[in-house]
Amino acid sequence: MPSFVIQEKCDGCKGGDKTACMYICPNDLMVLDPNAMKAYNQEPDQCWECFSCVKICPTQAIEVRGYADFVPLGSSIMPMLGTEDVMWTCKFRNGMIKRFKFPIRTTPEGQANAYTDLKGQDLESSLLSTEEADGRAYRAPQELA
Amino acid sequence: MALPNKPVGEIKAVRDPEVEEREVDILIVGGGMAACGAAFEIKKWMSDDQSVLLVDKAAMERSGAVAQGLSAINTFIGENTPEDYVRMVRNDLMGIVREDLIYDLGVHVDDSVYLFEEWGLPIWKQDEQGKTLDGKKGQRMGTLKEGAKPVRTGKWQAMINGESYKRIVAEAAKLALGEENILERVFIVDLLLDANVENQIAGAVGFSVRENKVYIIKCKTMMVACGGAVNIYQPRSVGEGKGRAWYPVWNSGSTYTMCMQVGAELTMMENRFTPSRFKDGYGPVGAWFLLFKAKAINGLGESYVASDAAKAELEKYAPYGTAAITPTCLRNHLMLFEMKEGRGPVMMDTVTALAELGKSMDKKELKHLESEAWEDFLDMTCGQANLWCATNTEPEKKNSEIMPTEPYLLGSHSGCCGLWTSGPDEDWVPDAYKVKADNGKVYNRMTTVNGLFTAGDGVGGSGHKFSSGSHAEGRIAAKQMVRYAKDHADFTPAIAQSAEELVDMVYKPVRTFLEHCDYTTAVDVNPNYIKPNGMMYRLMKATHEYGAGTATYYMTTTRNLEIVMDLLATMREDCEKMAAGDLHELLRAWEIIHRIWTVEAHLRHIQFRKETRYPGFYYQADYPGQDDENWFCFVNSKFDPKEQKWDVFKRDYVKIIAD
Repeated sequence: MPSFVIQEKCDGCKGGDKTACMYICPNDLMVLDPNAMKAYNQEPDQCWECFSCVKICPTQAIEVRGYADFVPLGSSIMPMLGTEDVMWTCKFRNGMIKRFKFPIRTTPEGQANAYTDLKGQDLESSLLSTEEADGRAYRAPQELA
Repeated sequence: MALPNKPVGEIKAVRDPEVEEREVDILIVGGGMAACGAAFEIKKWMSDDQSVLLVDKAAMERSGAVAQGLSAINTFIGENTPEDYVRMVRNDLMGIVREDLIYDLGVHVDDSVYLFEEWGLPIWKQDEQGKTLDGKKGQRMGTLKEGAKPVRTGKWQAMINGESYKRIVAEAAKLALGEENILERVFIVDLLLDANVENQIAGAVGFSVRENKVYIIKCKTMMVACGGAVNIYQPRSVGEGKGRAWYPVWNSGSTYTMCMQVGAELTMMENRFTPSRFKDGYGPVGAWFLLFKAKAINGLGESYVASDAAKAELEKYAPYGTAAITPTCLRNHLMLFEMKEGRGPVMMDTVTALAELGKSMDKKELKHLESEAWEDFLDMTCGQANLWCATNTEPEKKNSEIMPTEPYLLGSHSGCCGLWTSGPDEDWVPDAYKVKADNGKVYNRMTTVNGLFTAGDGVGGSGHKFSSGSHAEGRIAAKQMVRYAKDHADFTPAIAQSAEELVDMVYKPVRTFLEHCDYTTAVDVNPNYIKPNGMMYRLMKATHEYGAGTATYYMTTTRNLEIVMDLLATMREDCEKMAAGDLHELLRAWEIIHRIWTVEAHLRHIQFRKETRYPGFYYQADYPGQDDENWFCFVNSKFDPKEQKWDVFKRDYVKIIAD
């Protein structure tokens, strides 16, 4: 189900420091045509339909059209990624629409505790840093063959 | 550090790229769950004078197998014991596993899950009445670390709202490591051994997919964790749909190939995974079987797994087949049996399952159940949700077909191929499982090449790690790399090849293209070279037809294997004439080279193991059934980089954990 870019909506992220879809695509598919200042999917048959480009696009210019080999035309699923939730609009071929809202995280973005001040003590032990900090001991197997 | 974007395909690759040389103590290759685990852990152990660099071919925020999200954490030990975990993995993988690695992972994995929750991953909880609380509502019950109960589907899974799983984990990894120690959009393609010290890793070479630049990075120690191998067999959809692989389509066998090429020993490369999933969309079936209690039915409407014929078939594979939980390969085996006997298609009976659940639920609960079913897809396989929309499939009204996929190679899901690595340096670990480094010390998760570590899909003999286990394994390896670098503080890596020689190698496909592209009027068809796309189709055709692909219901024979090995040898020769006109194509060129080597290892192992250990994943028709007397052992292999020769051999299995 390859992603496609709507000509009218894409501005090539000209106001940003990077082309968002090109930055995010895990498979290096989204590229910017600098003359047109429009992005496009350069290899649709290698698209995993992960929706990373759809979710990150600041102008909602990217959508997905089902793989030609097995997906009938006429449906769409479209996410709106917020800071706490993702909203999905799922449109069936027969016109029925379902909407879903799912939580995506419980903390403010950018504030994951990376334990940057934590320093491990015993490099020779089998414990990970946070396990050591919690005072845990390595649990040896109790049920040996 | 994200490089400023420049259009790929718009800028052609140039003959002579810029070269950037770096030297660090510790190099992390990859950006998925394992690499993020390593990134989180490593600085906690490093001294101020040690340096680290992480190199990812994509952007960590959405790279690796969890890029799209997940709807469950599949390994959370919780109220179970690591011994139980070993027994589950051992049974699922038909007895031959590295129990030290599995046990060790089981000891550490929950610590990573606790971190995910702290970082903001919503983990579903059970309230006092056993009802499900998702998102922030789950927080009312406290955290898993404090003893709150997750929502289990099977014994090991914990349900999550996982759309942003990778973003959350990558955020912590990047904060811990520091942006200045990260290179994104750089594809490492070849590892480098030390010029002076035998069997010691010394660095890696790769290129940017955003600018014409080759990176030569020296290091004392390195972790390679670039996932498994996908698009190595012809997929069931061969048009646009071949991107809809079940496992991430960008996993190109780089982990196995790069490590084997410097002489690291591989293990159980014959093992593969052909998951049964919703047909074409490859949506997950786990929640349907386990959470919604749906049954698979054959074309006659029968629940075939409960039939006498199925039970008799499973008895042949006792004790695995007769265990409480049928191993994944045997579940496939039963499905294939139905299909081959003309009793297809096999359907997931979603209609009956939801009707049954509906009997004990009010309208609001039913609505939530429907939402859960859709979230299962939308969190991790969005395309399956669209396929349901496009085919007007409401699961309460219409059943969906399930089908086993084309083969994948991996070591973190229900498969166990990968590198032979050291287990932990604990007294209950047999000596044969401890890989001794040059100084006589044991470094957990180190391969047989000194200083070279791996994690996640890279560590063989120990599947069922999944996302959480891969993260924990990356952390285990990270600590050991720091220890290795400290113990080898006096070692200065030296690379035998000159920078020019390395650039010649990495940019060879570009040079080939530039030299010949004007000969014909259409760049893709030229007798002097082959494009990566063409080579990909050649590989897929060969494996599909001869290497136990879906074309033959995963069946191969000794003679077929001989044919495919010949085809692979020719492919490797023709790879010398691979051509890439732009940086994206250069990425594809190196990926297909990696895929071909990985497939060769896979098929050499299948050739060597003269039995059918994993019916349902593949069948060696000349050696049907299991032969415990001769083959209850690991099959390992080693490519000798000096002699350019393969050696395939047996290694003893040691049982550590009681039945």
